Amino acid sequence: MEIRVQSETFLPGEELDAFTARVDGAGAVVSFTGIVRDDSGALAEMVIEHYPGMTERALEKIAAEACERWSLADVLVIHRFGPLAPNEQIMMVATASRHRKDAFDAAEFLMDYLKSRAPFWKKERSRNGESWVAAKDSDEDALTRW
Amino acid sequence: MRVIDVLYFAWVRERVGLPKERVETEAETVAQLVEELRGREERYALAFSDLSALRVAVDQELTDFDAPLAGAREVAFFPPMTGG
Repeated sequence: MEIRVQSETFLPGEELDAFTARVDGAGAVVSFTGIVRDDSGALAEMVIEHYPGMTERALEKIAAEACERWSLADVLVIHRFGPLAPNEQIMMVATASRHRKDAFDAAEFLMDYLKSRAPFWKKERSRNGESWVAAKDSDEDALTRW
Repeated sequence: MRVIDVLYFAWVRERVGLPKERVETEAETVAQLVEELRGREERYALAFSDLSALRVAVDQELTDFDAPLAGAREVAFFPPMTGG
């Protein structure tokens, strides 16, 4: 299991290649990359705040739970903080398993939980001012399916 | 009397006006600590005006406002998280 919380950018392709190389024999690798979206066309940057210490603990707990629920060869979680420009990558998860269903389900579980159980907060700065991104009820509801 | 580090994140931090402070408190629970903070100044009252919009962690574990503070070193208040 590898959990990284960092301000620096990362290259999803390189991360995925390295992850895939070390889970030799897994049979299935699933990855998801989250990208800064500019719905208004006016976004200057997204600033991600987090709670150092708790963030790592929360991500490790979520990843450990995924490993208990599904048969996984390995899990990778990378999440950035600080200022991010539109189209920059925010985070990625990758899962490896013997068969694809475990890898897909575990990746979805990780995404659902780290959306509303990992202490990150997003602020959008645009030409029209700045505002905190509000949590969606649907994100909380998504947890009930697990 | 216990001494607790209280942390604020996102708009809670902005409303209170600081990220972290050391608080001497008689509070036995998170809810009692909130009441003490609310009574301090208007900016705290504003930050804690709607508890349904807030989440709390004690010693970096998500919990609820009824949680006891016995043995706690760190309490953090923040809005619902928006990771991913």
